[in-house]
Amino acid sequence: MSSYSSSARFDEARRVAIFGGTHGNEMSGVTLVNLWVKNGSEIQRKMVDTKPFITNPRAVEKCTRYVDTDLNRAFTPENLSALGEGDLPYEVQRAQEINRIFGPKGSPEAYDVIFDLHNTTSNMGCTLILESSKDYFNLQMMNYIKVTALRSYFCCVNIVLCDWFIAGLEVGPQPQGVLRSNIFEAMRVILKHALDFIELFNEGRTGVEFPTCTVEVFRVLERIDYPRDANGNIIAMVHPNLQDGDWEPLNPGDPMFLTFDGKTLHYQGSGTIYPTFINEAAYYEKQQAFVTTRRETLVASAIRKA
Amino acid sequence: PLCCKPEKRGKVVCLPRLSRVAVCGGTHGNELSGVYLVRELLKAKDIVMEEEREEPASVLMVLANPRAMQQCRRYVDTDLNRCFTHATLNGPISDSAPYEMTRSRELNAMLGPKGSPGAVDLVCDLHNTTANMGLCLIAYSDCDWICLHIFKHLQRQMPDVPMRFIHFDVSSKESYSLDSVGKHGFAMEIGPQPHGVVRSNIYTAMKDGVQHMLDWVRLFNSGTIFEAGFVDVFTIVKNIDYPRDSETHNITATIHPQLQDRDFLLLHPDDALFQTFSGETLRYKGNEPLYPFFVNECAYYEKGIALSLARKRHVVVPAIRAQTEAERRRDQQGFASEEE
Repeated sequence: MSSYSSSARFDEARRVAIFGGTHGNEMSGVTLVNLWVKNGSEIQRKMVDTKPFITNPRAVEKCTRYVDTDLNRAFTPENLSALGEGDLPYEVQRAQEINRIFGPKGSPEAYDVIFDLHNTTSNMGCTLILESSKDYFNLQMMNYIKVTALRSYFCCVNIVLCDWFIAGLEVGPQPQGVLRSNIFEAMRVILKHALDFIELFNEGRTGVEFPTCTVEVFRVLERIDYPRDANGNIIAMVHPNLQDGDWEPLNPGDPMFLTFDGKTLHYQGSGTIYPTFINEAAYYEKQQAFVTTRRETLVASAIRKA
Repeated sequence: PLCCKPEKRGKVVCLPRLSRVAVCGGTHGNELSGVYLVRELLKAKDIVMEEEREEPASVLMVLANPRAMQQCRRYVDTDLNRCFTHATLNGPISDSAPYEMTRSRELNAMLGPKGSPGAVDLVCDLHNTTANMGLCLIAYSDCDWICLHIFKHLQRQMPDVPMRFIHFDVSSKESYSLDSVGKHGFAMEIGPQPHGVVRSNIYTAMKDGVQHMLDWVRLFNSGTIFEAGFVDVFTIVKNIDYPRDSETHNITATIHPQLQDRDFLLLHPDDALFQTFSGETLRYKGNEPLYPFFVNECAYYEKGIALSLARKRHVVVPAIRAQTEAERRRDQQGFASEEE
């Protein structure tokens, strides 16, 4: 007895966007998108219109994260409806422009899928960011990517569930402003599998569906800041035991920070968590040394083309 | 130069005491080990100042580029560590000069003037690199015995840290970096670390390196004889740029995975250098095997350097000790009578 009739139906994913340079110094996405703007044959799929796009060209030109304000935090309703055009911060103008071309989000004119390419200085490997546990299309796509990447390339992909992160793809560790060949290739492989999934889904031969599946994810709990002094200056570093330990369990009592004069500070939580985004360069100013997560198994409903 | 007088084998070279030492961090505002270390040393110094303390050497702690540090950028207008040539320091300067050019003159007044008797005796300038270089001392000379003995001391005291001595064969007329302001100087470069990040292992290595350097200075000043020995010196031969698109000047390849992170491992003719975005391998076409370093340093993309290449040489380092007060006075008188 099949569950065919109870699978969730989604429209074809006709229009797909690939964003690079949302942060101008995260080089894998910048390089891939520039490559594909020049020659997009690698990202072509049957019945899919794929558009590579540099979201923050001025930041890319200066090889800096942003010019006025973080583009990845600029897509607020206030910003998107703000008036003033040329007087607005550069990234707010860009957010409005991007929303015009690829959105508005949730409307029928919006692009069906957007891949926002990022790098991180954290030792996160390949990470996919999911905003909602009920988003079965994305969950199925991420599951497909995870299974295929592991099978074909022994490449491990982790999925982070968080509703205050922006959906996207993070690959690390890579310093800002640097292009590492292994990181570049990993991101390329992930995108390849993502587009393959969309093509398979769109093909939607009668009876073919992506069956219900379980997916291991890491659900974000909270952000932990660096210890600071009364003036807000950082007074400790990520402890060498924790540094590069993304996805490894952090137990109560484990070393967490090391002060500049050599004292160890321990994790004081009540239970084991799985840390990630450990020592991401861009998060010093956002008061985040790492985030805590717990492991969860999500169930993705079967999906098929409407 | 004084340091390169040929000496008989077995003789101890006598050099002036190092009475003023400068430790500089934040010359590049996003190379954070030095930024945080100098901040901590300044804090500790405030505490020490309150007590009675007799220092045989005075140590100046300097945050070289505060504006760049505030923005966590390498520089504001132009690379500060290229602003210390004699020409830049002494040439004409306009009101609209880049921030770093104004700042280099301030630092020259504080620690120099470069080339004069009033300059500090030793400058140690702290840097980080995204390249997998371990700890490197970088100097303009391969016969400055002070720098070479400091290196040997660090090697002895920190045997678990991979350590190399790099020689930039640039004349003192052309020397351009902050460490060239002192009578002796070197950059202490530690990687790999992303810019804008503090890695605890890298910070600890730099903290220990600076501490051992200052310990050596105290030992030297108090008359210790440092035995002769040798150092493997890496002298820079050339730089290699990324292949670039002729129109856009954008890079068209990355450092090959077989070269990435392999600083100081011998690169032979025909070894893999780059991997193009279409997957092709580009190979090293030089005639002689050389040692790569600064492989994939972030800040060098804009300087057109994908990696640097060096020859390795065994340099014999004579025994040295500090001049006694009597020897110093004799030296001064000798100098004065030469002038007459």
